[in-house]
Amino acid sequence: MSDQAQTNDLELLTFRVADQEYSLDIMSVREIRGWTRTTPMPHAPDFMRGVINLRGTVLPVMDLARRLNLASQETNDRNVIIVVKLQGTLTGLLVDAVSDIVAITEDDLQIPPDISSEPHMSVVRALTVIDDRMIRVLDLAAVVPTTSDEAA
Amino acid sequence: MSDQNDPMAEIRASFFIECEELLEALQDGLQELDDGSEDPETINVVFRAVHSIKGGAGAFGLEALVRFAHRYETVMDEVRNGNMHPDSEAMKLFFLAADHVSDLVRACRDEAPLPEETSKELLARLDELLGEQGIEEEEEASADDFQPLGVAFSLDLPDMDAGPETGRYTIRFKPEQELFATGNEPQMLLKNLCALGEAQVNCVTTDLPDLDGLAPETTYIEWLIDLETEAAEPEIRDIFEFVDGLCMLEVTGGPDGPTPKGEGTPDDTPPVETAAPDPVTPDATPAPEPEAAAKPDKVVEMKRGPAENSKDGGDAEPRKAAAPAPKSVVRVDLERIERLVNLVGELVINQAMLSQSLDEAGLSPHSDAMNGLEEFQRLTRDIQDSVMMIRAQPVKSLFQRMSRIVRESSAAVEKEVRLLTEGEATEVDKTVIERLSDPLTHMIRNSVDHGLETPDERAAAGKPKAGTVTLTAAHRSGRVIIEIADDGAGINREKVFQVAVKKGLVAPDAQLSDTEIDNLLFLPGFSTASQVSSLSGRGVGMDVVKTSIQSLGGRISITSEKGKGTTFSISLPLTLAVLDGMVVNVAGETLVLPLNVVVETLSLGADDVQMLRPGSYVVRVRGGFVPLYDLGVMLGYRSQRKTDAGAIVLLISLEDGNRAALVIDGIQDQRQVVIKGLDDSFYRAPGIAAATILGDGQIALILDPADIIAGVGNPRGGDFMLSERKIANE
Repeated sequence: MSDQAQTNDLELLTFRVADQEYSLDIMSVREIRGWTRTTPMPHAPDFMRGVINLRGTVLPVMDLARRLNLASQETNDRNVIIVVKLQGTLTGLLVDAVSDIVAITEDDLQIPPDISSEPHMSVVRALTVIDDRMIRVLDLAAVVPTTSDEAA
Repeated sequence: MSDQNDPMAEIRASFFIECEELLEALQDGLQELDDGSEDPETINVVFRAVHSIKGGAGAFGLEALVRFAHRYETVMDEVRNGNMHPDSEAMKLFFLAADHVSDLVRACRDEAPLPEETSKELLARLDELLGEQGIEEEEEASADDFQPLGVAFSLDLPDMDAGPETGRYTIRFKPEQELFATGNEPQMLLKNLCALGEAQVNCVTTDLPDLDGLAPETTYIEWLIDLETEAAEPEIRDIFEFVDGLCMLEVTGGPDGPTPKGEGTPDDTPPVETAAPDPVTPDATPAPEPEAAAKPDKVVEMKRGPAENSKDGGDAEPRKAAAPAPKSVVRVDLERIERLVNLVGELVINQAMLSQSLDEAGLSPHSDAMNGLEEFQRLTRDIQDSVMMIRAQPVKSLFQRMSRIVRESSAAVEKEVRLLTEGEATEVDKTVIERLSDPLTHMIRNSVDHGLETPDERAAAGKPKAGTVTLTAAHRSGRVIIEIADDGAGINREKVFQVAVKKGLVAPDAQLSDTEIDNLLFLPGFSTASQVSSLSGRGVGMDVVKTSIQSLGGRISITSEKGKGTTFSISLPLTLAVLDGMVVNVAGETLVLPLNVVVETLSLGADDVQMLRPGSYVVRVRGGFVPLYDLGVMLGYRSQRKTDAGAIVLLISLEDGNRAALVIDGIQDQRQVVIKGLDDSFYRAPGIAAATILGDGQIALILDPADIIAGVGNPRGGDFMLSERKIANE
């Protein structure tokens, strides 16, 4: 990250979730996989889609739309799972489709306005505008739950 | 030397591995002495263990360790010579000193700061023990005189009691191709050999073809070495330890061996082969040997004294110094075994995939392919069992660590505690053993601190002043059972209940059975109790213990009798890698149940199911009533069906005697599955122990039957455990 800060460059992977545009720092993205059936986990929080087999390891997959309290849509073959790594743990994020990889500078990021009525705003780290479209930059650590806030 | 894979680091590493073994022997010996063994050999074992550690440490310049071990050794020497009879105080000190040696070894290995304070204190106490009788001797052999001279140790250690005796050996050494392929250098081996004594090295080049016929990667050369040394044969063989299996090695002769110089192997001495015969030049037959030896074409002389060699060959020596008596064991890096285990896991999954696709192809069960598959399955299973066996280790080392915990914690709370261990030889997978260490430590501390009463209380209760903690390991029906029992006062249930009420964990008017109260100790909230002592309180952190046991696929239970003591039982799978499972279908999902809990399968009739109360049902099986659970409902896959008639039911039974009937939709198969851990860092699914990968690449969840019986259907907080167990008990 430090060398990125020097050049102020930031690469974002943009994708669509429930017809909204979101993005993630590409450094946290490990791979992008096509949709496969998940094995549901009993009594899991509803945004947990279940687990899939990622080359021999068990990967939990989260429905990002539900996690962000957006209308969840039926999954189809074009859906993809973005495999992200956070603090050494891999998690899959189910999204509608991946759009693009864009390079921006830190200056292009805007701090989102504080709207407390929007419940998922806290997971949005920043906003940016690309081709006149607003793109939300997700704060991965806030999206992927940790033991403290989501333990059953 | 630097171009090789830093041999020094390798040797150092093997020294520390040997230290572990020596420390184990030391602990064993001390324990035997403490148990009243009068056998002089026991003292010898203790003495030698300390001595060997000192020797090795000296060679690596680990001065703190040398100094301490030296003083310890001096004291043990006094005991050995009969000048001192260790009383119980002395034995305690010996144990402490042994613990300290192991601390020092560990600190040296990890290059961590050394516990100087403890060293000083224990040294002072050892000196005190020596009193006048040892102090003079101590002066002349003070640690400063002890120079890290690697070579010196090799001569006195393995045969310490026997005086040095010069022997003459004939060593025949022929490297195989693999020896070079693994980056070994015969010259180093020969140098080390020469360092043992007077040596004459002859290179036999009879097999060497002309330059035209020379295949550069084939080995043609062998060496004949005449060695006159005080070292014993095992020491000579030790030099070749790294190339064991990569060369042909014969050592003949010995202290009394009349082997004449320059002659080949005498026919009356059977040649010892350490490697398979070389396929290129099959010289395993004794015939060509004398011939090759008798008329060497070219003779290369390498004659060196030990002094000359100490510089470059010397660093290979000290590892021998610490070597215990030769055993037919191989030391393998755990990583290699892990790799093997993983590969076997993949093999099992692949085999499942293959058998599934052959099944789907609709081949006749008598076809060659199916027969072959059967054989393949059998082989896979055998391989898997064998691989698992490699990783199996006796729990002894773990138990020894626990005896140290008992010593430390009993000293901290000023109680006299005796640790009894049973079933030390019980073998469990290494990964299980490693991960048991923390929970066991915690529970032992609990037992000492809270389980056992103070000596005065014990005396008042008519018990011996010294409390006893018993640590038992045993195999039972494919699992390993570990019990930690104390003969203390038992759980004070009123107090536990009150604490739980105060913490808001149970309602004040709740009616709980004894077992339910005991289980309160495992509730997470209970651990925040204010009664934290210098160690840990019973109940303090027991939820952590429970979680770590569960993460091993195990279960923990308590039994306690007032005034008699408390027993914690841990039941664990033998391995964390594979499981014999029953593959079943539930609501369109594939699930795996551990086969060892399945007693029988039943088909339900309409009259078999009785309602106990709304929402809970029992099924009548062989005259008894067993609670009935619909797995699909319990796991949240579907809502309650109207009737269970005609459903397939698995009757399961746990070690604690609890039984249950599980409604499923269908049985697929019985097979071995490879256990894949679930990352439960943010979500632990109730009732699910792990996952596995099926033949089609899909993931199937592995159920935890005990968790299910404990009430997965109502996964809200800790209280579900109690409410559901009530049903199970009724």
